[in-house]
Amino acid sequence: MSKRRIGAVFCKELREYRRNRSVLVALAIFPLIFLIQPIVVVYIVPASKAAQLSHGHVLLYMLALPVLTPAMLAAYAVAGEREQGSLEPVLTTPIRREEFLLGKALAVLTPSTGIAYAVFAFFLAFVALFAHPAVASAILQGPDILAQVLFTPLLAAFSVWVGIAISTRSSDVRVAQQLSLLGSLPVGVATSLIAFDVIHATLGLAIGLAVLLLLANALGWRIVAPMFDRERLLIGPT
Amino acid sequence: MSKRPNSRSHALRSAHAGAQEETSCQSATGPALSVRHLSKRFGDRIAFNDVSFEIGYGEVFGFLGPNGAGKTTTVRTLGTLIAPTSGLAEVAGLPLTPENGVEIRKRIAIMPESPGLFLRLSVAENLACFADLYEVPHPSDRILSSLEAVNLADRAQDTCGALSKGLRQRVALARALLSDPEVLFLDEPTSGLDPVAAREVHELIVGLRKRGVTIFLTTHRLEEAERLCDRVAILDTTLRTVGRPDELRERLFARALVIRTRAPLPDPDHVFRGLPAVNGWSLNGQSGYALTVSDPAVAAPGVTRALVAAGADVLAITESYHSLEDVYLELVNEDVEADRRSA
Repeated sequence: MSKRRIGAVFCKELREYRRNRSVLVALAIFPLIFLIQPIVVVYIVPASKAAQLSHGHVLLYMLALPVLTPAMLAAYAVAGEREQGSLEPVLTTPIRREEFLLGKALAVLTPSTGIAYAVFAFFLAFVALFAHPAVASAILQGPDILAQVLFTPLLAAFSVWVGIAISTRSSDVRVAQQLSLLGSLPVGVATSLIAFDVIHATLGLAIGLAVLLLLANALGWRIVAPMFDRERLLIGPT
Repeated sequence: MSKRPNSRSHALRSAHAGAQEETSCQSATGPALSVRHLSKRFGDRIAFNDVSFEIGYGEVFGFLGPNGAGKTTTVRTLGTLIAPTSGLAEVAGLPLTPENGVEIRKRIAIMPESPGLFLRLSVAENLACFADLYEVPHPSDRILSSLEAVNLADRAQDTCGALSKGLRQRVALARALLSDPEVLFLDEPTSGLDPVAAREVHELIVGLRKRGVTIFLTTHRLEEAERLCDRVAILDTTLRTVGRPDELRERLFARALVIRTRAPLPDPDHVFRGLPAVNGWSLNGQSGYALTVSDPAVAAPGVTRALVAAGADVLAITESYHSLEDVYLELVNEDVEADRRSA
């Protein structure tokens, strides 16, 4: 594995984001829309309901953000490059498929995680500043904030691998993006079920999920790499 | 195993000297490319079948053929992008196997038909990315020298998306030169270019040839192949022929003198029979004659004397010339005819 080649793919992607800021804006729009409903709820909920809120894990609802944010960008990673015609020149270089995929994954993960953290920080700031103090203290629970901080990169990385896996097998970017979003939904649903206390959040569950996600992410590129078939990507399915 | 040169500059010099002396497929350092009975199928469809040839270091090798003949697939196969179905090959001294893919790609460069640049990035940024992918030492110097080689040093900061098609081809060529490859595959480098831009690319290829770079050039443009290539191969799914353009002409077409007189000769057979190096004659228009000859230089003086002695007013005596296009059309038409018959 060559760090320089991984870095080459990573830097190229970041440069492209910088030149095409609309990609990042589009990336942030979805989480911001996602934020509207909780912000409205937090703003209008009366202090009398604070005790009720403190029994749930409203904040964990935000864990859907890192799941959904990278899906579209990850889906573009291979299929988009292929559609632009810039995949073949890259494949003619000594780059290994694992290096290519790692570079791509890091390039999607970095802005996605950053945006997910930023949106979460914005929500925390809003709650702290505009919600009734009783409501704010019911929502802003230390363990939930910690869970959000720790699980954001893990969930985002998982979503990235799902998106890239779909991207390597899709011949159309639009299809890849839709499937990628669909592929991320089960994890998003699981986090929502925890947030709404359908699945009871415990320390054991958190540790178990974290280990599972760590394993899935560590193996991600090993699982996705065999799906990356140079011949199929250049010639198309036969 | 590999006899490939270790020092590139030395390699390029020695390879160039070799190419100057003899453009045969074997050089002192072994072939740059050796292909034996290579085939590629996609399901039932044959992309190319039983292809064999060798290319020496420093040689410019033209790979010609109609659309769908398998040229690009051959390049992709030799470039380790797709796996052959059967057969063997050595690329830049290494056997073509999946295990050698990375090492082979370090030694070669491929310029695909479509430049495939990152259009939002500048020329320099495009090359910087590829310099890192090739792990080129001193990338800034190499980027500059590659851009200078294609006369684009002053456009380094331009965004690729804003460049014309010809300039994009040049950037793609600069990108292919970054790693100082032993073998450079150029897949239809002048496709879609106007004559001026195509000529610029030709000049660049001539420059690379002078530097001793081994070039595998696929093209539709026969005049391009004739002008640039030491040897050519004609592929139409199977390899139809390989050789120097003049060899191919001689192989396919008998050498001939074409004669034009003011009036038809009363007895042409009497005039042409028995002349040295003249093997036969045929009518070529109303007062024209085509003489098949073994050596035009030997035949022409005798023919001239015989015509003058016969009182003919000679308008022209020329050696018939068959272009590479004639060779190509002859071979490809044979295939078309064969297909028609089998259908």
